[in-house]
Amino acid sequence: MKPAPFTYHDPRTVEEAVGLLGSLDNARVLAGGQSLMPMMNFRYAQPDHLIDLNRVVAMSGISVDKGAILFGAMTRQREIEFSPHVSEVCPILQAALVHVGHRQTRNRGTIGGSLCHFDPSAELVNCVCVHDGAVLKARSRRGERTLAMSDFAVGYMTHGLAPDEILCSISLPLWSPRHGYAYVEVARRRGDFAIAGVAALIETEGRGGAIKRAALSVAGVCQIPVRPHAAEAALIGERPSQELFEAAASASEFPDPLSDAYVSADYRRHLAQVLIRRALSAAADKAEERWADA
Amino acid sequence: MPDRRRILVRINGAGYEREVESRLTLADFLRHDLRLTGTHVGCEHGVCGACTVLVDGLSVRSCLMLAVQADGCSIETVEGLAPAPDQLNFLQQAFMKKHALQCGFCTPGMLMTLTEYLRAEPSPTEEGVREALSGNICRCTGYQAIVAAALDGAAALREQGGAREELAR
Amino acid sequence: MNAWFGASVQRKEDPALLCGKGRYADDIHLPGMLQAAFVRSPFPHARIRNIDTSAAKAMAGVHAVLTYRDLPNRLQAPIEMLQPNPAILQVFMPHVLPKDEVCYAGEALAIVVAEDRYIAEDAAALVEVDYEPLPSVSDPLRGLEPGAPLAQARANSNILAKMSLQSGDIERAFRNAPHVYRERLHLHRGGAFFMECRGLVADWNPVSALLTVHVGTQSPHRLHRVLIDLLQCHDSQVRVVTPDIGGGFGPRGQVYHEYLAVCAASILLERPVKWIEDRRENFLATNQERDQYWDMEIAVDEEARTLGLRGRLVHDTGAYLPKGVVLPWIAGATVPGPYVLPAYKLDIVVAMTNKISVSPVRGAGRPQGVVVMERMMDLVAAKRGLDRAEVRRRNLIRPEQMPYTVGITFRDGRPVVYDSGDYPACQARALEGADYAGFARRRERARGEGRYIGIGISNSVEATGLGPYEGATVRVNTNGRIAVYVGASSQGQSHKTTFAQIAADHFGVDYRDVVVIGGDTATISQGHGTFGARMAVTAGSSVHVAASQVASQIKSIAAEMLEVPETELELRNGRVQVKDVPGKPGVPRNIAGVGLSLREVAVRSIGMSGFAMRPGSKPGLESTAYFTPDKSTYANGTHVVEVEVDVETGQVKILRFVVVHDCGRLINPMIVHGQIVGGVAHAVGNALLERMVYDAEGQPLSTNFGEYMLPLATDVPHVEVSHLETPSPLNPLGVKGVGEGGTITGIAAIISAVEDALSPFGVRIRETPISPQRIVELIKEARQSTHKSG
Repeated sequence: MKPAPFTYHDPRTVEEAVGLLGSLDNARVLAGGQSLMPMMNFRYAQPDHLIDLNRVVAMSGISVDKGAILFGAMTRQREIEFSPHVSEVCPILQAALVHVGHRQTRNRGTIGGSLCHFDPSAELVNCVCVHDGAVLKARSRRGERTLAMSDFAVGYMTHGLAPDEILCSISLPLWSPRHGYAYVEVARRRGDFAIAGVAALIETEGRGGAIKRAALSVAGVCQIPVRPHAAEAALIGERPSQELFEAAASASEFPDPLSDAYVSADYRRHLAQVLIRRALSAAADKAEERWADA
Repeated sequence: MPDRRRILVRINGAGYEREVESRLTLADFLRHDLRLTGTHVGCEHGVCGACTVLVDGLSVRSCLMLAVQADGCSIETVEGLAPAPDQLNFLQQAFMKKHALQCGFCTPGMLMTLTEYLRAEPSPTEEGVREALSGNICRCTGYQAIVAAALDGAAALREQGGAREELAR
Repeated sequence: MNAWFGASVQRKEDPALLCGKGRYADDIHLPGMLQAAFVRSPFPHARIRNIDTSAAKAMAGVHAVLTYRDLPNRLQAPIEMLQPNPAILQVFMPHVLPKDEVCYAGEALAIVVAEDRYIAEDAAALVEVDYEPLPSVSDPLRGLEPGAPLAQARANSNILAKMSLQSGDIERAFRNAPHVYRERLHLHRGGAFFMECRGLVADWNPVSALLTVHVGTQSPHRLHRVLIDLLQCHDSQVRVVTPDIGGGFGPRGQVYHEYLAVCAASILLERPVKWIEDRRENFLATNQERDQYWDMEIAVDEEARTLGLRGRLVHDTGAYLPKGVVLPWIAGATVPGPYVLPAYKLDIVVAMTNKISVSPVRGAGRPQGVVVMERMMDLVAAKRGLDRAEVRRRNLIRPEQMPYTVGITFRDGRPVVYDSGDYPACQARALEGADYAGFARRRERARGEGRYIGIGISNSVEATGLGPYEGATVRVNTNGRIAVYVGASSQGQSHKTTFAQIAADHFGVDYRDVVVIGGDTATISQGHGTFGARMAVTAGSSVHVAASQVASQIKSIAAEMLEVPETELELRNGRVQVKDVPGKPGVPRNIAGVGLSLREVAVRSIGMSGFAMRPGSKPGLESTAYFTPDKSTYANGTHVVEVEVDVETGQVKILRFVVVHDCGRLINPMIVHGQIVGGVAHAVGNALLERMVYDAEGQPLSTNFGEYMLPLATDVPHVEVSHLETPSPLNPLGVKGVGEGGTITGIAAIISAVEDALSPFGVRIRETPISPQRIVELIKEARQSTHKSG
């Protein structure tokens, strides 16, 4: 399983990279390589030009500013996993990364690469989706463009970038310091693609307090992650309880779930219900814990 | 005309300058251009872990990296573990003591993954070791002996005062 | 003196492998070597109308593109079927390259030989094949229905063989049976998925007219036989030699048509040609095990003792029949297990499908046989309201009944006779080790925490040490070094160590001073291969016999050289010397310890040019033995497994895995332990994870390690193993095979445990593997049917 021939380019700046992508035919960008290289080895992907982004240093980095955490698209999953910034202000990413592949894939894989591959069950994609107001920035020879996740999430493994655009950064608005978070998923084995996964963020009114803000995102069930807004709304103003979480789970709808030779739509829907309940429960516990530490 | 590049890589401390086709994977470069056949190819889609090497200290799937991407990098392979031609390092010794290999094909990948892991985690637990090894598939041993070897090796190293040189690059 | 036999010595194989100095097929580089890639059919069944290789041939770096038409006449014949049997109705075997029909997706029909693999793959993409897709058979049961498409166009049906196994009076057994229970099971196994894909370097040297084939194979002599037949040459003109091999598990023992095509390419091009299978090809074109459909009925008396068992097995054999009826026969012959079974009848139908051929994978049909019987045992227990261990206890063959004749014939042509073993003790020990008695309490506690746990048991009896033989030549060279040559190769079973241990004891040397060379047809003329847990019994016994003969020769010659009786001599520390026996009359104190080096004896043994040999002596210190077991020797085991099932998601976690195993005497306990735990890993895979998925046409959908799930370090539990040692009376070492026991017994125990965890829901598991989704579905189905029945 050897890749078909291609011409290799290793730009050093974003300018160079978008210049190449905008001018070459049948060109693909290479980020961490953990998704694209297998496809190239299988010859499912046969680009004539490979634009390697790994030497564009400016595309990598994590910073926190003005109530948001900003990731360069080429930031390694590993860096996010061990980042003190992320631990402090956006720990759900670390909770999610535990489930992402294996050490070896996280050492090379990037957040931008995961987003652009846009697998329905991708944990990092799901985490971006759960953050209202997430902002993605892309560049091309034509300039810079800002996208909301709703612009980006077009369809099954299809993102809203133009063929000549490169994703450059992802910014997530921060939740309040004592927010509760959880990432739960069902996968067949450690590191496997999730059959279903749920990202949950909640804010409560102090210890034992009612929920004042909640966000849920469900990956792996439909073509793109689903935000069950009705379920989220049902949580507001209520005190956390298993019955509440059960009700939220039941209120979640999943139109057109994925179905394939391995996993049925019914099972995915079933798991979504179970995992929403469990994620909310864990997030509520986490919030309590963080209030207790205060 | 195949696209070719000149690359300079450091492998187990030695420098190599070669011209390679850009589509040559790092695994094939090591195995066939440099005849360092200790790194094995098991799947070429990044799942089995047989091809694991350390690039700048981090474990990677060498089947999913291109040789040209390794230009300027420092790579460690299984051939670099033994301190001398007739000696084995602490981890290799532990593997031998615990019968942690049968056919030996997954072994180099296991050793490199554990080398990275034990550098970061000198006092591992069984659960931690199994987690760390979850990206390396073995079809012979059922993993138990490999886990035992990792724990045994780590313990032996701690007893020796955790000699960083043992694990040093 | 047994210094080494029974000792857990470290392996001789390890230092090289640990340093990355192993030499597997792809590590071999020969001057002028070219690399091959195959063009493979995308269709499960098609007629080949035309193959246009012109564009491929024209590519720079391509040396040849061969199809059936390019092969010399004698290489156009199908591969010989080596396991004939009267039960076989139709034989289909692969050709070196197919002539006009491809019968599974992935079947290779052209070979491209180029400077390197990258170019070979580029050129393979340019080969244009005009296919006429034909109707195909995917589901073996559908293939048996009238009007079903034929998996091979030349077939008259999809039934390749029909046979029956029977013993006792089955009609009588069922006629007035108080209780009869029926179960239908769908058992799916998967592939071997050794970590090293298949591969070989074929090196035809026109100057020496010698074809050397460096190939990872479990059966070098089998390949040798096929090659000399096809090439019609002298046996010394073909040498099959095995490098280090990354796992075998069965499928690496077959003679694949790709090997023959690569040899043909080397001969035609007069250059070494390497072909290394990639993982995608491994999914498509390496033999595997697959589906069996069992429909069984068990008759028991009021005490839940079996009166009879009967039923039908439909076995999917794939598109060709390289292993004849071996697999389903083994499965059927394993069903009775360690239980008294007064009557048994199994009708077997071997069904053809448009999928890769089925041939043995670790366990070779025995795991399925065990699952069948153990499911029936659990069923009887459930229906009779009895404890599952108790039902088994009532039916276990007692040690005083040994040797026990089961009444059917094994695939080795011999009656199934259990030679030795204590099955009740084995089960008792396993139950105790797993604290089976305390489980009810554990379950109650778990239920209080909202958790569902279950415990499962499984017993097996396993035929090992199959004939006809595996030989060994033991030789002490004139430089004093000891060499052991065995016919079969090792793919991780540690032969280089275990056989050295056996031989070393005979010579009184360190086991590290005995070199073991396996799997080279130039060193020993006959062999069958490493499979069926047979090496310790056959090759091990041959090593023992040959080594003891050579030791005898040494003493005989030394006795003459030292002028002392043979009985006064011993082999110790690499020398043959006079025993030190204080105070023994007739042995002067000052010659105790006097002796000769092995080198000196070896030099004497070859005689001296110009001088006559000692009368009646054979030159050299050498002996070849082909230990021929009279029949298989039966190992046995009991597995007790505890699991937890998350009933909301269906996920299964193995909490505890206890194995008691009896494989007779242990040559190297550490190595035996490794074989058992390794076998259990396969069982975990087959019970919970591994499934080859095909579509309705027979197109394989699971073609990578993301879709086909092998157990990881986080899936295989810590296995607690203890041994019983009932020596086999059937070979001089008293050993039994152990390579497959972990798999054979484990699957049934895991399934039993999962079902037990789900007992509050009344779920029955009738399939392997069982997935979380299926568990959730089964719980739902059971709930709905409870609802219906009010």
